[in-house]
Amino acid sequence: MLANFGYSVLVITFLLCLYGAGTAIYGGLKKELRWVKSARSAMLLTFPLITLSALSIILLLLTNHYEVQFVYEVTSNSMPLYLKVTALWGGQAGSLVFWCWLMSAFASAVTLRKWDRDIEFLPWVIVVAMVTLAFFLGLIIFVENPFARFWAGPNGEQIVSFLQPAGAALLTPPDGKGLNPLLRHPGMIIHPPMLYLGFVSFVIPFSFAFAALVTGRTDDRWIRLTRRWTLVAWLFLSLGLLLGGRWAYDVLGWGGYWGWDPVEIAAFMPWLTGTAFLHSVMIQEKVGLFKRWNMILIILTYDLVIFGTFLTRSGVLSSVHAFAQSAIGPLFFTFIGLTFAVSLALVLTRWNDLRSEGQMHSLLSREALFLVNNLLFIGILVVCFWGVIFPLVSELFTGQKVTVGPPFYNRATAPLFAGLLLLMGVAPLSAWHHSTARTLGKAIWKPFAVSLLVLVILFANGMRSPGALIGFWLAAYAACVTLYEYGRGVLSRHRTAHESYPTALVRLIARNRRRYGGYIIHLGVVLMAIGIIGMGIFQTSTQGTIRQGQSLTLGEYTLTYNSLAEFDTPDGRNVARAVVTIDKNGKFLAELHPRRDYYYESQQPMTIPGVRSTIEGDIYALLVDWQPISSQGATFKIYNNPLINWLWLGGLVFILGTLVAAWPDREREAQRAAAPRQASVPGKASA
Amino acid sequence: MSSIPRPGFHRNLLWLVLAAALGLPLLFNVRQAVAQRPTPSDDEVNAVAHQLYCPVCENIPLDVCPTQACAQWRDLIRQKLADGWSEQQIKDYFVVQYGDRVLAEPPRRGLNWVVYVLPPLIILGGGILIFFVLRRMRAGRPASAAMKARQDLSLPPEEEEYVRRLEEELRNRER
Repeated sequence: MLANFGYSVLVITFLLCLYGAGTAIYGGLKKELRWVKSARSAMLLTFPLITLSALSIILLLLTNHYEVQFVYEVTSNSMPLYLKVTALWGGQAGSLVFWCWLMSAFASAVTLRKWDRDIEFLPWVIVVAMVTLAFFLGLIIFVENPFARFWAGPNGEQIVSFLQPAGAALLTPPDGKGLNPLLRHPGMIIHPPMLYLGFVSFVIPFSFAFAALVTGRTDDRWIRLTRRWTLVAWLFLSLGLLLGGRWAYDVLGWGGYWGWDPVEIAAFMPWLTGTAFLHSVMIQEKVGLFKRWNMILIILTYDLVIFGTFLTRSGVLSSVHAFAQSAIGPLFFTFIGLTFAVSLALVLTRWNDLRSEGQMHSLLSREALFLVNNLLFIGILVVCFWGVIFPLVSELFTGQKVTVGPPFYNRATAPLFAGLLLLMGVAPLSAWHHSTARTLGKAIWKPFAVSLLVLVILFANGMRSPGALIGFWLAAYAACVTLYEYGRGVLSRHRTAHESYPTALVRLIARNRRRYGGYIIHLGVVLMAIGIIGMGIFQTSTQGTIRQGQSLTLGEYTLTYNSLAEFDTPDGRNVARAVVTIDKNGKFLAELHPRRDYYYESQQPMTIPGVRSTIEGDIYALLVDWQPISSQGATFKIYNNPLINWLWLGGLVFILGTLVAAWPDREREAQRAAAPRQASVPGKASA
Repeated sequence: MSSIPRPGFHRNLLWLVLAAALGLPLLFNVRQAVAQRPTPSDDEVNAVAHQLYCPVCENIPLDVCPTQACAQWRDLIRQKLADGWSEQQIKDYFVVQYGDRVLAEPPRRGLNWVVYVLPPLIILGGGILIFFVLRRMRAGRPASAAMKARQDLSLPPEEEEYVRRLEEELRNRER
């Protein structure tokens, strides 16, 4: 039977991982290549095996095998084909298999690279990948089995078990519960894979860091080898976060995109340390400083990835009891604790090898400012981590449950985000090694003056909110500095190499993708900041119950209720769809269709807003309630979300910049392959 | 109210309890109260509800939570507002009934202070640590020959230095 097959394959893969980890350790310690090669073969074998197991689940999903609990939970007869396939990551057990599948794909890909002079890293990279994989496979096999089935016991009771209990018969429900309707959205179909891709690809740089620590090759070779992996991981994680935000905005029906929910924060935390890491490795490459710090950052990122996987799927942090009762919670925490302790112990044993090679010349140098950047990112991480953990701490010590909600996070992180915007406007203009207040001031004054102009214009147009004025000014300043950097580069190439301006711009970006891709990312962040500030400070809303033909007013906008229809759809929904018109100052703007979908199978409602989007902002209308019999009265809520689309636009620019920075460079690869092994030579790298 | 069955009752025992506690009798009362006094607007109700969280729907503020139980809480708020209660009184009432977790933030007392004080302390500590590390590094070891050579190169006037740096970085971009 398919379930037996899928499960057996997972058990074999689990054993294979243990074998691979064992032989890799042995081969690495004894420096015997044949053991390492055997471990590599085991690693490569995990991918087809987990593929088989994942395919078994997908087949079970497609063929409506509701006797399998997981299939029952996430699919139903009426679900379309593509949703049945993507239901693989619609529940915890399946998404863990999906996680393992991605992990084995990435780890296999990395072991297939040309190792040549880095072969000593290989066994330890395998160890990290195999141990991580073994942990997750173990969870699946022993705790969260996607192949567990329903059985009718001899006394008529229902049992969930993988193996057949004595005297029990298989129980097959006629239909499944169906995927949570909230997850039946295109954004939700690609959001989890992106997030997971981000998560698993961060394991790769960590595995190289671990290898560097074990082998004592603590120069920046591991950083150079994993630079692109890190960027790719970061790209996927950023995409996952953006898609998640967009999904929440489109589907959750509360007029926002980010609610500081523990699940959101779980995905955000590794992104924070990952971003800090991306910046701080540049210091090590460029001036040979902060090796220990980079190690700690990547270890933190790895453990936050594991923590994030745990939080996004289990939700057991909501109470001490749920945590203590779930088998999965303590296992995760033990694994996180162990990997953290072992990695940290390795860092401590290599403490002296990880001494800085260079030295700090100025508190205003770029390396010093990068360190401040790291402090701010870690500051946001501390706020997030503590906010997520505190309800548990509070319950543990006082028995009192508390909520740590958006007001806490907004207040605590706003100044830190503002600091980051400010740094984005200072660090690019400071030089490595030497920067004095005078040289920095000289570079800064022009963009600073332009940004002040923006501030004056905003003030003259009647903006008085201090938060908005500071926020927009910081965004303007960071944008000016970034564009100024482009301008300076293009001008200087135009003058010295006599290139036309467009050619100069393209060459500038092409020849230092990492820096200028990074600046595109900065521009994306600025656009996103404008959207976040606009929405955060100037969002307005009103709610009211009105009869047909009546209107609801929000500022210069009016919503008029025209009609409402209620009908059933073939895919098992009851839809209540209102038709409303939006006017601005009496002039027709748009017809919107806010609706409420009710899913019979899962008995869950879903509020789909009617939205009119422009670059100025969104008018976002929700159908909150209605009178069914006469269709006379209905309750609507309208939001005016100013500048929100700058956030999505900024997200696109952000992703574009990451692609530019991470894009492979054939010429460079060839040069690198030809170059002899060398220790870090500070000053030769480009940022 | 719509004709379709509303969600949730079956899913969680707590919801049932909530519904039983606040459910039908309350609805009748609310309708009566509303009929007698000037009805607080939805916006007034939401202004209070936005600051509250029900114990079941985690992390969804009460003003936007679509469940039946939360709709009843909002009706309760409307009733209290109609009775002339202040925002603070209503919040206090919910805290007494359901505990601190209905508030968006832990109240500032006792152990809860830790949630507010710890992050700034850690960040401040980090800042101080960085300052001292940087100062020590700056004052510390003598510069190597290579460092000195590069220092000498990096001092010409600003514009030339920028062009030189840019070109050098473009040339040496390979790593």
